[in-house]
Amino acid sequence: MRSEEGQRGSTAAAVVLSLMLLILVATTVYLFAARVYPMPPAITRVGHWIDRQYDLTLWVTGVIFVLAQVGLAWMVFRYRDRGQKVHFTRGSHVLELVWTTATFILFTTLGAMAVHAWAQVHFVSPAPGALQVDVMAEQFTWNFRYPGPDGKFAPTSPKDYSDSNGNPFGIDTSSKDQDDIVSPYLELPVGQEVELRLESKDVIHDFYVRELRIKQDIVPGMIIPIHFTPLQIGTYDILCAQLCGMGHNRMHSTLRVVSEADFQKWLKQQEAENQQ
Amino acid sequence: MSAEAHVVSHAPHAPRGFIRRYIFSTDHKVIGIQYWLLALAAVSVGMVLSWLFRAHLAWPNAAIPGFGGVMKPEQYLALVTMHGTIMIFFVLTVAPQSGFGNYFLPIQIGADDMAFPRLNMLSFWITFVAFLVLVSAFFTSAGAPINGWTSYPPLSAVGSIAGPGQGTGETLWVISIALFCLASLLTALNFISTTIEMRTQGMSLMRMPLTVWGWFVTAVLGLLAFGVLLAACILVLLDRLAATSFFIPAGLVFSDTQPPLTHAGGSPLLWEHLFWFFGHPEVYIAILPAMGITSHVLSSFSRKPVFGYKAMAYSLCAIGFLSFTVWGHHMFVSGMSPYSALAFSFLTLAIGVPSAIKTFNWLGTLWGGRIHFTAAMLFAIGFVSLFVTGGLSGLFLAQPSIDLPLHDTYFVIAHFHIVMGVAAIFGIFAGTYYWFPKMFGRKMNEKLGKAHFWITFAGAYLIFMPMHWMGIMGALRRYADPGGLPFLERMAPIDLFITIAAFITGAAQLLFYFNFFWSLRHGEKAGENPWHATTLEWTIPSPPPHGNFVEIPRVYRGPYEYGLPGYKEDFLPQHLTPEQVAKMAT
Amino acid sequence: MAQTLPTTEEALTSQVELDDSGLGPGGAGPGESGPGGPGGSGGYLGGVPQRTYLTGLTMGLAAILMFFMAFVSAFIVRKGLSNDWRAFPLPSILYVNTLILLASSFTIQAARRRLARADAAGFRHWWFMTTALGLLFLAGQWTAWRQLAREGVYLATNPSSSFFYVLTAAHGLHLLGGIVALVAIAFWNWKRARITRATAAEMAAVYWHFLDGLWIFLFLLLKLGQ
Repeated sequence: MRSEEGQRGSTAAAVVLSLMLLILVATTVYLFAARVYPMPPAITRVGHWIDRQYDLTLWVTGVIFVLAQVGLAWMVFRYRDRGQKVHFTRGSHVLELVWTTATFILFTTLGAMAVHAWAQVHFVSPAPGALQVDVMAEQFTWNFRYPGPDGKFAPTSPKDYSDSNGNPFGIDTSSKDQDDIVSPYLELPVGQEVELRLESKDVIHDFYVRELRIKQDIVPGMIIPIHFTPLQIGTYDILCAQLCGMGHNRMHSTLRVVSEADFQKWLKQQEAENQQ
Repeated sequence: MSAEAHVVSHAPHAPRGFIRRYIFSTDHKVIGIQYWLLALAAVSVGMVLSWLFRAHLAWPNAAIPGFGGVMKPEQYLALVTMHGTIMIFFVLTVAPQSGFGNYFLPIQIGADDMAFPRLNMLSFWITFVAFLVLVSAFFTSAGAPINGWTSYPPLSAVGSIAGPGQGTGETLWVISIALFCLASLLTALNFISTTIEMRTQGMSLMRMPLTVWGWFVTAVLGLLAFGVLLAACILVLLDRLAATSFFIPAGLVFSDTQPPLTHAGGSPLLWEHLFWFFGHPEVYIAILPAMGITSHVLSSFSRKPVFGYKAMAYSLCAIGFLSFTVWGHHMFVSGMSPYSALAFSFLTLAIGVPSAIKTFNWLGTLWGGRIHFTAAMLFAIGFVSLFVTGGLSGLFLAQPSIDLPLHDTYFVIAHFHIVMGVAAIFGIFAGTYYWFPKMFGRKMNEKLGKAHFWITFAGAYLIFMPMHWMGIMGALRRYADPGGLPFLERMAPIDLFITIAAFITGAAQLLFYFNFFWSLRHGEKAGENPWHATTLEWTIPSPPPHGNFVEIPRVYRGPYEYGLPGYKEDFLPQHLTPEQVAKMAT
Repeated sequence: MAQTLPTTEEALTSQVELDDSGLGPGGAGPGESGPGGPGGSGGYLGGVPQRTYLTGLTMGLAAILMFFMAFVSAFIVRKGLSNDWRAFPLPSILYVNTLILLASSFTIQAARRRLARADAAGFRHWWFMTTALGLLFLAGQWTAWRQLAREGVYLATNPSSSFFYVLTAAHGLHLLGGIVALVAIAFWNWKRARITRATAAEMAAVYWHFLDGLWIFLFLLLKLGQ
């Protein structure tokens, strides 16, 4: 079987394919390394840990990506049909053993190093003094509830849900604890831990704030707690990250991280509005 | 070749009459082509749908032809849902497995047909009906469902109250998928029985082409996975139509003016578990046959044996086995136990090991070869490149902590489109260019094939690489438009870039359509073995006669005996006797 | 494949001989009954080796098992996750139905023994007996449904009743398929079939025992799991 057929030895194809692979590698490496398209900066400690793990994974996968694609480009060019004899081999047990072990160790190490950030998000309980906020998601709005001056949440019931009467949580208005503050956006004091209790009225939603590096589905029938400590004053988007219907992409609200003093002022203001 | 060692195929003559021969045929080759054409029809629909929603993403305020103005969010979501469902079920499951598997599995193991030809025909026609039922959802008054191809309840379970298309449209979706499951179970049963029982003499497991391994392991996955989705579909159908509460929790309220739903106590997470228990094996159902085809084609055109054949076969089995243990990585942010998330994370990273083994062995197959750049070979090499790229982004998503920011963003879209969407499509293209001469007796045009490859390969990366960065910046999937969010509006140029790349790449597929239909009549005559390949399909006429073999062949060696030193020819077909081979020695 | 074939080939030959030895319309024609080829070849008896049908059946049973396991795991999860689960007394006719189905497993074995002894009349007798018991079981299940409905326990009444109806219906449908197979085997024209009557009867029996075992498991689940 020598190169007697037309499509053999097509150096042109080899060169084009190798070049395409090299351009792919160069462009990809540049766009990641120069951080042309970065994540927005994290505003929690956990967020920074997640970013560090992300960077580590980027390094590991980046090296593999470059080696594999450049290696492929090199082989495509080097072993194009020039009528040479093939280097006959059926494989190598040693190589199989080496790359199986190497990838296994590499991947599991990576996985083990990722545990820390996950544990901080999910295995560590919030401190006892953490600020409590209830979150009620519904097609296609967000509602937030603070316990009010008495520090207690009023009981709620689905039959009392009423968006038109400004009672999206279905607060039992006859209860003595019914001084809860209900807000369409989330106001939080900087540097203080907060625990959100996520609930949904209708379908699955998802609480997502990019700068918090947190995404959590909100499943109807479940109350799912999450906690974090915002460390940076600013305004951030709260997005719905789980398809919830036709208004999914318009279901957003705002997280406002403010100073402790501004937060107290805001609370007072809300309480005053409640009195009216 | 001793005559008594052979069995003459008793397959009856091909039925006469158009309908029995081409429509309700029991011949595995006709059925394979039927599946392939069904997938071609489906992929055409799926691609047009993607063009429509890509157009909307690029020009959110422009009128889209056929939508009577600017596309509404529910129309966008219906397109996305149907695109995903059609592509995953009716293209990626149908073409590589049911299409090529039906055509070539029996031939490659030396059988005259599938074990159960009539069952085979039944499977195809159920699949066909399932496709019609799915597409008919577009023609209901409220349109197709909008809940995505994953159909999470309660959105998918409570009916039209949850949104347009969630009424009749979603019911049709569920029925279609249930039918598809049934057909796929029958197909899987057939494939497994055929592989176990119909192999010819000498075709031991370790002499099977890796394509057969791919189809076999895929069939096992299908057999164990589709029943679970079928059960889930039945339960969600009962929730929708018979007021049960398998997946619908208590006290759901969709509007102030209506009382809470009477359902109680159901669990949306239960659906997610059932769905992904099927759903993760499903992505391997799409990719394993393409892996087999890639190995097969790489070896054929490197003129070398597959590097580490046994490692390739075992890693297919390992991937198949592990694929049933990793479904939870789709649910890291679902509210599932965070402890089980860690277990799923490690199992997911572990499935990267056999995937890496395959990649190394593909590179090993190319290494030291004499590479012929046919269109089939280019697509197989393209598969390797895409599989590496898409596999590596999986390493991010396999870690639950990194999944927190990236889950449900375009990063995930980029990941699975590259690794199981485009890569599997590349496997299908490689298979089509490679086997077309066998199926139709003529070669496809190589020049057009290469042009098709260059544009498609570049296009695939141009479309999907930018989605990684969109995802990293926080762009969420299933958003019909930026929804007034400035950070999303700033990504408009990327969206436009992707859309243009998608249009060009999509248009380049016309080269493939033209090449395919033109070559049926005008392609260069292929003969029995145009690629000088070793496996049994190349020992019979092109196209093969009814019953495939005049004499059931006997197999004497492994499937990839290319480039052995000391022979006049650089390939030793599986069916040649040792005496015949001895004569070829130099 | 080649290594295991001789034993199957023997079994096959003996079954074919049985068929040949005068089961009336059931006898396979001599043309198709000869062993497929010398010493463990592919063995194409006008199609596929008879063993293939049993392999296919085994695969089918694996798929059916996964189908039911999905329901069973849903049952366990749904019960574990919620606080709205209410047990209801199972209709006592289910015990009778269980006994009927158990008995049918014995009758189908009796039928296969008659077939092996080439006792055509005996085969038919026990075969129809099995069919009748199967129908009786289904009638019994229907009665149980009617009884529950009279007590106001419907499909959507409670998750426990939902699962009861789903599991019994799914099982009943599979059993109905079994009954169709039994009837078909009794009346099939075996001269033109690629499958021998012995193989078909064996498949029917394996399937029947499987559904019998499955029912016991489901019944225990419904009884104790509630």
